Amino acid sequence: MARTLVNVPSKAKRGQIIEIKTLISHVMETGYRRNETGAPIPRDIINLFVCTYNGTEIFRADLHQAIAANPFITFFTVATESGTVEFRWTDDNGQVETASAKITVE
Amino acid sequence: MDESLAPLTRRAVLTGVASAAACGGLLLRPAHATPAMMKEAIHRLIGEAPVRKGKVTVDIPPLVENGNTIAMSVSVDSPMTETDYVKAIHVFNEKNPQPDIISVHLGPRAGKAAFSTRIRLADSQNVVAIAELSDGSMWSDTVEVIVTIAACLEYN
Repeated sequence: MARTLVNVPSKAKRGQIIEIKTLISHVMETGYRRNETGAPIPRDIINLFVCTYNGTEIFRADLHQAIAANPFITFFTVATESGTVEFRWTDDNGQVETASAKITVE
Repeated sequence: MDESLAPLTRRAVLTGVASAAACGGLLLRPAHATPAMMKEAIHRLIGEAPVRKGKVTVDIPPLVENGNTIAMSVSVDSPMTETDYVKAIHVFNEKNPQPDIISVHLGPRAGKAAFSTRIRLADSQNVVAIAELSDGSMWSDTVEVIVTIAACLEYN
């Protein structure tokens, strides 16, 4: 579906608050635009973004048409243990894109 | 030249030009949301709970040139402990076609109640963020944003 880019610090101290940055390429078509023949362009947006840390959900966002194309989301979490941070984007057509990053906690 | 066809051709040309210059056409503008619709959307998400001003900070440039991508950060003053944390932050607008912007769900593991993203605004308007705390209280912040080029709503 799309290209993703995620930024998670590869190393962190236990208990440290880390910033996570995510980007996915997506048109985020609002459904309010028309093409050159005047026909409406159907809505197609990413409506859900979920981030899990070793399987536990740490951040979830419901997105609407007012989110700009190529959704960029940053947020924070506490580095609790070494493991994998997983990201999941779902769009209106039910297509799912995933990404993941490893983190080492000392 | 066939006289009856002339206006049609002219319109087709104008439409073409409008499509080429993104957002050029102002025809068939969809109905905008209104402050009343925003209130409705807020009630739908958080119910009738009283909302107080404070604790929440919305960071958007007050004057933006391009409504298609506007950097927005929202933070909430909260210790983010097991007993006192921010459950959710909802952001709304007054004049886009739809009043919702984003709802984020957090927990004590976030460490810091803040996020940032990029939004679209169709007009100069107020943006409202409401934070839902673990004790059930609601806090809000409202920011007025002036947009010089609105987000593209009509022709491509």
